[in-house]
Amino acid sequence: MSRPLRRFLHDATVASADAPQRDFLRKALGGYYASRDTQKARYRDWEHARDAAALAKWEAVGDLGRHLADFTARFESNGGKVHWARDAAEARSIILGICREAGARAIIKSKCMTTEEIHLNDALEAEGYGVVESDLGEFIQQLRKEPPFHFVFPCMHLRREVISDLFTRHLGSAATDSPEELTMIARRHLRQLYVDADVGISGANFLVAETGQVSITENEGNARLTCALPRVHIALAGIEKVVARLDDLSVLLPMLATAGAGQPMTCYNTLYAGPRAPGEADGPEAFHVVLLDNRRTALLADPEQRDSLHCIRCGACLNVCPIFKNIGGLAYGTTYQGPIGSVLTPHLRGLKNWNHLSGASSLCGACTEACPVRIDLHHHLLRNRRNAVRAHGGAVDRVFHRLLGWVFAHPRVFALGGSLFRRTLPLLRRLPLPYLRPWLRSRDLPAPPARSFREQWKDVQP
Amino acid sequence: MRVSLFIPCFVDQLAPRVGLAAAQVIRGLGHEVEFREAQTCCGQPSFNAGHWQVARESALRALDVFRGAEAVVGPSASCVAMMRKFYPEVLAGHPRLEEARELGARTFEFGEFLVRRLGVTDVGARLEGVATYHDGCHGLRELGLRAEARALLGAVRGLRLVEAAEGETCCGFGGLFSVKYPMISTAMAQVKCEALARTGADLVVSSDPSCLLQIGGYLSREGKAVRTVHLAEVLAAR
Amino acid sequence: MSDARDDIMARIREALRTPAPRPHLRSESAAGRPSALARPWLPDPGETLESRLALLAQNLAKLKAQLVRAPDMAAARSALAALAAERGWRSVATHAHPDTRELAAALPCPSWEVDAAFDKQRLEASDAGLTSCLAIVAQTGSILVTSAGDGGRSLSILPHVHVVVARVDQVTGDLADAFELVRSRHGGRLPSMLSFITGPSRTGDIERILVLGAHGPRELVLILVG
Repeated sequence: MSRPLRRFLHDATVASADAPQRDFLRKALGGYYASRDTQKARYRDWEHARDAAALAKWEAVGDLGRHLADFTARFESNGGKVHWARDAAEARSIILGICREAGARAIIKSKCMTTEEIHLNDALEAEGYGVVESDLGEFIQQLRKEPPFHFVFPCMHLRREVISDLFTRHLGSAATDSPEELTMIARRHLRQLYVDADVGISGANFLVAETGQVSITENEGNARLTCALPRVHIALAGIEKVVARLDDLSVLLPMLATAGAGQPMTCYNTLYAGPRAPGEADGPEAFHVVLLDNRRTALLADPEQRDSLHCIRCGACLNVCPIFKNIGGLAYGTTYQGPIGSVLTPHLRGLKNWNHLSGASSLCGACTEACPVRIDLHHHLLRNRRNAVRAHGGAVDRVFHRLLGWVFAHPRVFALGGSLFRRTLPLLRRLPLPYLRPWLRSRDLPAPPARSFREQWKDVQP
Repeated sequence: MRVSLFIPCFVDQLAPRVGLAAAQVIRGLGHEVEFREAQTCCGQPSFNAGHWQVARESALRALDVFRGAEAVVGPSASCVAMMRKFYPEVLAGHPRLEEARELGARTFEFGEFLVRRLGVTDVGARLEGVATYHDGCHGLRELGLRAEARALLGAVRGLRLVEAAEGETCCGFGGLFSVKYPMISTAMAQVKCEALARTGADLVVSSDPSCLLQIGGYLSREGKAVRTVHLAEVLAAR
Repeated sequence: MSDARDDIMARIREALRTPAPRPHLRSESAAGRPSALARPWLPDPGETLESRLALLAQNLAKLKAQLVRAPDMAAARSALAALAAERGWRSVATHAHPDTRELAAALPCPSWEVDAAFDKQRLEASDAGLTSCLAIVAQTGSILVTSAGDGGRSLSILPHVHVVVARVDQVTGDLADAFELVRSRHGGRLPSMLSFITGPSRTGDIERILVLGAHGPRELVLILVG
């Protein structure tokens, strides 16, 4: 058993037994469902709009090389600098190099899951930089030294009392049970840090090939501040973030907001074309974009699952996933949680160690139905299971399914086996059998009928 | 019409009454019903476990078994989804791919067959009680069924239909998932069953015997008096 | 290092040898750009100016932004002066633009303009930022500000209140209209920042409960003239 699987089994067992916490999560998501449905109803046709969004991303990813080249040329002609990173280590060293060259001391970050993917904060801190996450949820998770629970709602698992205690301990604030007051405590604490920071690090939601712009979506305004006040701005982006045209965003921005948070538009959707331009009042002197591969090209090489690179990280699939809602985001042990994480992680970090996430799904398809860009999420879990059997299948498992196939190919053997199973079930129940025992731990089995359907069929012929 | 029944393996062995009820309802509408004894399992267990080679063999067998059948009707949305949606997937590039698509097009889930193919909603059933319908995920999302079962239940004399919260939430069965990750599966069953119980219904009806196994198994363990029945059983009641 | 780009580009070329099938589209008019395809399905942008203004008012109300309709600049001046007096503003930051200058002149408190060498600390201490905007999007209730025409990057985000002055004819239908306007106004030389502001700053990070003023302005006021 791989270490990630051992950890997953342990954490998922603990989390799924925590009924109050599960209720808390479901309640927190209740408001999301209501506002999402209200906003979706404003679309003249959400399903058609999803088609167009899927098409925009398909066009972008299907000609990724050209779009990245166009983005780079235009971004650099606007005065920015593009860097390419084959893997996490390369991305970290590029970013550290920029910080060193800038003579930075303090770094402010706006929310960026890709920096979590490459473990950037640890690398920056190891070099002595002070790094502060400015998104409220990320700030809270940073104080807790815990990874984000949900890649859009990082601390949705925390009750206000926990956050109040955390702030008292780290910021010396008075205890409060008001989410508003807690938000203001963080606001006051972070404000001066924006002004003092030398480098701002952000992610990117979209890179526009046509114009060379970096598009950043956020609600709080922390990314706006991160990209306005420090001298240097670094944006880290996966290569799949590129879209062909500015107009594509007229579809993707509202759909991201509606699917992800039940909003008509996220509060701030900002397009950055480069560093401060001549004649502008402010903005960074330098703007770097770091384009990260980190095995995305391996996923790109799989035409069957290539559409998982269409993901716009809205989080809708997590919000509707019954697995996510019952085990929470931390149990996954991944940068990207929920269905999209279960699809991506085996590609990004290896199928051998992460295929259990494909198995930990009832394949209900709520994710696929929720995805604004129509990624075939739950079917990809099936494909990952198939790929895992092909690449790393165990002998026992293989023999079991061969045997099962043989039984099903012989109706008489099947009927005999079924009859035997029905007759011996009272005995079997008491044996520590795989599959049967775990079922019976929490669920009953109906008493088996004396005769099967095929046995009774003869009786009911006219 | 001559209808060929497709009885999933576990219905055959563990819930034969569901198959018998389905046959009774279809016959009651004046159609012939046959059962081809060479059938066993659609291959979904192996397909879901990633053993597509084994599933492919099951698919090819099913093509032989149901060759020439005018309509194939199965009282399990999940197994019908396997045939209609996933046979073409496991047979991608196979010379019999077209045949699989063609079989998928004449294979129906039981309620879907009555409403969409036969255009019937009232089968003359009578059952006193309050029922809530559970949408199995395969029926709901792979086959796009939602209104069919409700229309059929709505026409049952004496039956009142109530909707549950968490209406489109999975019950947590998911085949092998339910025994490989029993803790998650059980948590899901709890959410589902509590919502079903809150409706006050005395019957939980579904078109998916596998969901009923999960829901019934959990409700029974929790000592709840709610009964779980297949749609076909309700429609066969007089 | 210099070959990372070449390596990644080579991997991409290799990976894309086998194309992925085009997504299935429900609509028959499958030709054309995704944005053109989506346009009739997205939320209503309003047909006429009247319907756009009504939609905008509705959207801003839901977003908890304030809309002040002023028939002319004189009315706008007094509305802003009244707001400043009511809130007891001591300092308002703004930028060089005929409309913002005219409004700032009517303020009961001092105002100052950000320029190429302004003090960030002074902006942080200002009670409000007064800016112009490039366009307003009725469909989403978004206000588009740019770093070129509307006072740079921080003026619209750092002060606690953001006041925007705009003319009625700046109200466009949807985002595609706004992009079209950006292209026609700025051509090949885009401002370094374009920001669609949709309501005051907000967060739901604590128990998914909405709180305004997470980091950016707690209040957003749109003074619409005309």
